[in-house]
Amino acid sequence: MTTASTASNASAVLPVSSTPLLQVQGVNKRFGGLQALSDVGLTIRKGQIYGLIGPNGAGKTTFFNVITGLYPPDSGTFELDGKPYSPRSVYQVTETGIARTFQNIRLFGSMTALENVMVGRHIRSRSTLVQTVLSTKGFRASEALIRLKARQLLEYVGVEHLADKIARTLSYGDQRRLEIARALATEPKLLALDEPAAGMNPSEKATLRQLLERIRADGISILLIEHDVKLVMGLCNEITALDRGKEIVRGSPELVRKNPDFIQAYLGKAHLEHAA
Amino acid sequence: MLPSKPLRAPMTEFLQQIINGLIVGSIYSLVALGYTMVYGILQLINFAHGDIVMVGAMAALFASKLLMTLFPWMPGPLVLALSVVAAVVVCVPLSLLIERIAYRPLRNAPRLAPLITAIGISLTLQTVVMVFFGRNYHEFPSLVPQQPIEFHGLVISVTQIIILVLSFVCMVCLALLIEKTQVGRMMRATSENPKVASLLGIDTNKVVILAFGIGAALAGLTGVMLAANYSLVHFYMGFIPGLKAFTAAVLGGIGNVYGAMFGGLILGLVESLGAGYIGPLTNDFLGSHYQDIFAFVVLIAVLTLRPTGLMGERVADRA
Amino acid sequence: MKAIKPVHLALILVLLILPPIVGTAGGAWVRILDFALLYILLALGLNIVVGFAGLLDLGFIAFYAVGAYLYALLSSPHLSEQFAWIAAMSPEGMHVPIWISIPIAGLLAGVFGILLGAPTLKLRGDYLAIVTLGFGEIVRIFLNNLNAPVNITNGPQGISQIDPISVLGVSLAGERGVVDFWGFSVSSVVAYYYLFLILTAVAILVCFRLVDSRIGRAWVAIREDEIAAKAMGINTRNMKLLAFSAGAVFGGISGSLFASFQGFVSPESFTLFESIVVLAMVVLGGLGNIWGVVIGAAMLAAIPEALRLIVIPVQEAILGPGNAVIDAEVARQLLYGLAMVVIMLWRPSGLISSVANRPKGKAAVQTTNEEPVVPELVTLNAKI
Repeated sequence: MTTASTASNASAVLPVSSTPLLQVQGVNKRFGGLQALSDVGLTIRKGQIYGLIGPNGAGKTTFFNVITGLYPPDSGTFELDGKPYSPRSVYQVTETGIARTFQNIRLFGSMTALENVMVGRHIRSRSTLVQTVLSTKGFRASEALIRLKARQLLEYVGVEHLADKIARTLSYGDQRRLEIARALATEPKLLALDEPAAGMNPSEKATLRQLLERIRADGISILLIEHDVKLVMGLCNEITALDRGKEIVRGSPELVRKNPDFIQAYLGKAHLEHAA
Repeated sequence: MLPSKPLRAPMTEFLQQIINGLIVGSIYSLVALGYTMVYGILQLINFAHGDIVMVGAMAALFASKLLMTLFPWMPGPLVLALSVVAAVVVCVPLSLLIERIAYRPLRNAPRLAPLITAIGISLTLQTVVMVFFGRNYHEFPSLVPQQPIEFHGLVISVTQIIILVLSFVCMVCLALLIEKTQVGRMMRATSENPKVASLLGIDTNKVVILAFGIGAALAGLTGVMLAANYSLVHFYMGFIPGLKAFTAAVLGGIGNVYGAMFGGLILGLVESLGAGYIGPLTNDFLGSHYQDIFAFVVLIAVLTLRPTGLMGERVADRA
Repeated sequence: MKAIKPVHLALILVLLILPPIVGTAGGAWVRILDFALLYILLALGLNIVVGFAGLLDLGFIAFYAVGAYLYALLSSPHLSEQFAWIAAMSPEGMHVPIWISIPIAGLLAGVFGILLGAPTLKLRGDYLAIVTLGFGEIVRIFLNNLNAPVNITNGPQGISQIDPISVLGVSLAGERGVVDFWGFSVSSVVAYYYLFLILTAVAILVCFRLVDSRIGRAWVAIREDEIAAKAMGINTRNMKLLAFSAGAVFGGISGSLFASFQGFVSPESFTLFESIVVLAMVVLGGLGNIWGVVIGAAMLAAIPEALRLIVIPVQEAILGPGNAVIDAEVARQLLYGLAMVVIMLWRPSGLISSVANRPKGKAAVQTTNEEPVVPELVTLNAKI
């Protein structure tokens, strides 16, 4: 991972590639009597920060869960980096290159921050049971590398001073950043964040925004669910808006902002306007 | 040469196994109800439930011996009835006490905790009973006529008829309670969604107490049934029936009251038919002393192949 | 490796000279130490399954049984007595050397771990417990009944005349209970003590290596939050199977040691109660806490034996001779049952420390401004 680029407003400057990274089409998902997703799809290009917005219950997290393998879809095609993938198994999706965070933060509470990120290095390292038990040179080298990379990631997101603190004792904002570091440890091509800014104050949001732009500049595309429309509009290159399981509009922030269906869906939904 | 007992016609043999299966199945159903009601509300497997059955049997033993000593003129059936009362009177408060001190404090703990506690309670109950009643098998007195009734080659004892009738009555009463009364509605609501139920003003604790209480009453009754049917009482007698009843509850769909009733009967039939026919089926490689395995095999099969059970909710991890 | 302090050296010294000291009270007491070490091995194995990976295995003793019986079959006259073709090969009975039979016992147990674990992978904690309990019972029932039509396990009578362990050609059973080597003379139970002590030390080392590794972290991740673990790319199915079989290997090896030590095995030694005993030891020590489990196992193995001495005399002193209500066995059972209940209500993270194996850096006071979203065995509201 390259060190941070100094230009934090690089998103406007760096070109977005035209190669599609994630191509999802025709996703349908029904839960009993409820059609949670109807023919939803999106295309994320390399280098993009892509936003997924919509009122509560619109299906954003359901969509997330489908593309990351937590819920099997009723239908849909899924391609990452030109290769189709089957979202049937969560851990395989992560291996393929999509890493995610969770809406209500799912850290490993009793482990330290460092250990949490070290878990993230699981799929990018290898050691067998026998090597572990015998503590071979290869094993120890692998462990040292895992520890090193984990520390680097903690530094990258800005919580390296909390490395040996138990994860459950961290502040909310720090926990969120830790969860991002942990997801980055899996070396994803696409980072999928479920409401990373929820519950953050304005200065925390600004730090988060910087972090996300840095991640993007370092070559990892981002898919973002957010309620803070202002944050999304300022950060994302492209946005899909959902309502009641269907896509209302898809496009650049300017396009979405002016779309009448979008405005109608959001008018009067007071909880969407988080004061920035 | 004395003629040996005539072999029954295969059909009669089959029907006999069915009857035996229904008898033992009714017992499983009653105990399964206790498991399923508690699980439906608390998602807790009350590991100690089988031992409550045992306590019921012990209480009945004690009561019957006492009554027979104090009132030797009292007719057997009356002694039996009063012993049932004694069993219930002991089991219900005991079960509620256990809930209060061992399970309620762990309501919000991760699921491993109350399970471990329940195991500990089970062990403690067995040990305490062992202290007072010793390790030996005790004989339960014969309080109803022992002469079995024959009917077209089928055999059934008076005790077994009582078991079938009482079980049926209990299950019907419970069904009526759940469907037709306010109390039953409360229980159903809490079982379906405890949070919403409490928001609607239902006191979850009261419902829990009710579930434990009814379960314990049925357990006490069942203990007496087992004691009377097998004429033996023993401090470890609750374990296997408890486990099988739990299997029955899972088979029917845990949390589902009708599932427990149904599951118990089915398990009883499977066990009875299996034990009856497994010798011939496996060329005598497996004898009927393997019959206890059936329940386990059924349990594992259900949880692996159809975790929903025949009627109820899923127990495997969902996303 | 952490720095070795004088306290550690003193402790090691005590452990080394314990047998002669205890032995002055009689060989039976050293036997108790030997069994305590076997229990520690078992508890360490169960700790991998329950403590690290969070899988509540109530049938753990089945692996102990598998290891014990396999060793018994490979090191006793039983198979030669039952099968003519084996008698033709080894007329004196089977005497497979321990450096083959013990690893095979461990391996077979490991395979059983996978077999018994496989159906449980998708089950929630409590169901996993019951299913594993069922498996444990099934194994016991088979051991009890596989004496007809083919006599493999010899049913309730069990298998006897099992070879003792021989180290470097010296049998640990010795001559009339005394082992002579290099001029030293120790009693057999003392010889076994040192063997078991070495193996226990190795086991503890293995456990520490496991917990502080990629595999160990994956296990703890699964215990804490299986979905998050999957999201990190962990193949939870395989890791769970690995935990089951690793724990089972511990169980199997301990089983073979037990068989050789006792010289005889029967299904009675492998009941559900024994599974629960080992679980109680792990619970007491703190799930996942290696040293805690060692101490917990030692305590729960030794205390009932000590109680055995005083339980009856104390009651007779109070209630009069012959009026003792609780005998030693009952006291033991009561101890285990109450220990589990009390620990869960009062100190659910075990008697010893708070969070499993924290090197340093105590958990700070909760500073999150939101309720913790990760469930934790430590934080309970034990308001009665």
